[in-house]
Amino acid sequence: MTDRLHDQEYILDRDHLQDLLDTLRNSGRRVIGPVLRDGAIVYDDLASVKNLPIGRTDIQERGLYRVMHREDQALFGYNVGPHSWKKFLSPPRTRLWQGDRSSGMVQISNEPPETQKMAFIGVRSCELHAIAIQDRVFIQSEFTSPPYQARREQTFIVAVNCGQAGGTCFCMSMKTGPQATRGFDLALTEVIENGRHYFVVEVGTEAGMTVFEQLPHTVAGEAQKSAAESAVAAATAQMHRQMDTSDIKDLLYRNYRNPRWDDVASRCLACANCTMVCPTCFCSTVEDTTNLKGDHAERWQRWDSCFTMDLSYIHGGSVRASTRSRYRQWMTHKLATWIDQFGTSGCVGCGRCISWCPVGIDITEEVRAIRKSEESFLPPTEGHHGDT
Amino acid sequence: MAQNKKPKLAVWKFASCDGCQLSLLDCEDELLEVAGAVEIANFMEASGAVVKGPYDLSLVEGSITTPHDAERIHQIRRASRFLVTIGACATAGGIQALRNFSDVKKFTSIVYATPAYIETLSKSTPISEHIPVDFELRGCPISKQQLLEVVSAFLNHRKPNTPAHSVCIECKLRGNVCVMVANGTPCLGPVTHAGCGALCPTYDRGCYGCFGPMESPNTKSLSEGWSRLGAKEGDLVRAFRSFNAYADPFRKESEAHEK
Ligand code: SF4
Ligand code: SF4
Repeated sequence: MTDRLHDQEYILDRDHLQDLLDTLRNSGRRVIGPVLRDGAIVYDDLASVKNLPIGRTDIQERGLYRVMHREDQALFGYNVGPHSWKKFLSPPRTRLWQGDRSSGMVQISNEPPETQKMAFIGVRSCELHAIAIQDRVFIQSEFTSPPYQARREQTFIVAVNCGQAGGTCFCMSMKTGPQATRGFDLALTEVIENGRHYFVVEVGTEAGMTVFEQLPHTVAGEAQKSAAESAVAAATAQMHRQMDTSDIKDLLYRNYRNPRWDDVASRCLACANCTMVCPTCFCSTVEDTTNLKGDHAERWQRWDSCFTMDLSYIHGGSVRASTRSRYRQWMTHKLATWIDQFGTSGCVGCGRCISWCPVGIDITEEVRAIRKSEESFLPPTEGHHGDT
Repeated sequence: MAQNKKPKLAVWKFASCDGCQLSLLDCEDELLEVAGAVEIANFMEASGAVVKGPYDLSLVEGSITTPHDAERIHQIRRASRFLVTIGACATAGGIQALRNFSDVKKFTSIVYATPAYIETLSKSTPISEHIPVDFELRGCPISKQQLLEVVSAFLNHRKPNTPAHSVCIECKLRGNVCVMVANGTPCLGPVTHAGCGALCPTYDRGCYGCFGPMESPNTKSLSEGWSRLGAKEGDLVRAFRSFNAYADPFRKESEAHEK
């Protein structure tokens, strides 16, 4: 089941985690991981193990996030925060090309390909699935994004298995966690017991082995392996949020005119926070800029969202002018049309859209409400037409 | 316009603090470039010299508050090919539109020794209530980058990039942590038009709504969110009643919380 190089598991002592960071950095990689900033655990450059949110955890609810102290000194004792790895793989703003005009000639120069190698530390299982989903969109579909592909192929991934469930996540329902099973170079499970603090390590790739071989390590024994297993089992047992995904595609297709969309639209701010924090949402727009003289122009790509009017603007106006149609578009794409388009759900159950919605709209609750109200609501027979 | 004749730019002032037109002078590095690209034909803050119209691009700052100004704006419109209003005063009536919620005669009788000399309208109104406007640039004050963007777009015959979505998107593009979710700080960002680059949330404060309502503001739901964070009715009235108090969605929301 697990995508591993071999069945062997290893032990890396907590005090040797710094060696892992150093080895990755010495091989020319930009090392990025979780750090505490402005009251949240975000992803940024990680110079030292000391900069990890040591002994911290987070409390998450609908529209609420707080960092708290833990009783132990765990390095990864929290869940996912407001940032996701898409920040580095498809950055919020990227210049695509620039053009210069002189004496009637126009010269276009494309952006040089990305050469900075990266290493992500502490990637959770749901995030591995999110990255795989974006790979499908940007690399494995009809059109590829060469800048994304270049960044992606130079990225080394150190996954961390969750030892606790977050307040808003539901990876079990989406079959995306909490155990990392694929898409990593190395996967760590943090264990703190009987005064020992270590990581049980699985190796996913040759690149992972090359790095890991350079670190002081031992082979994991049965007791240590089962300690790691119970850590992940604790996360599984804790997870209370669920989404019933049975028949979900047809459910949403059938409920295009369900009045529940009006209910959610009365609460939704169309602020786009849910899409910005979602690790799979990939929409972007392009902006052209010029200097005053008009002899220099640039084209930039930047994150956009199905919650903006501009995203669905075609000549004469926005196709999805109402918030009702925009929320419905977002949720229906995420959970239903995505399956037709890319072969999987667009949701990995990370819970970010629930925590970071300023008014606490919960995608799992909205699915439940649609399901429940379906009986009392008679779907039209004529199918879907236009926005109302 | 003739091949090598530079377009004429005029800057006009109505009831305002001058802050927005000063943004143009604030463009230190780019000012020479601006002066190279356009003929600055009327700009009292920069030079007393006035070149006669017509003007290719008029930037209008300030709101209409007097009968005289209500006349003058029509002359300016007639003399301008493109007319762009800049700032919260010109686009929404400004902070001085607080008078619109009260009786202006009461103020004049308290403030002025001889109120009879004061000739003022009962309301402070945006320019667009008086004449057709080609483009509105929001903000109190406007952002100088956005002003340059508008001038540059005008000169190059393209649409300016001044998105009308929420400030939240600007926060997220910067990687900011949401002050409302992570700190319980009431913030107007979700209903406010982008443009400032999420200045206040970047410094750990809630958004004050300087750029006015975004494209589809759900002020009612945000107010309910504020109430859950402990905001009182009076806080909501004050929050929505500031620089953009008279912008329709903000006006209605503040009125809804007034007993
Ligand atoms: S839709 Fe919400 S829960 Fe699902 S992947 Fe996106 S942010 Fe996470
Ligand atoms: S669901 Fe929440 S985060 Fe998403 S647009 Fe609506 S209010 Fe904003």
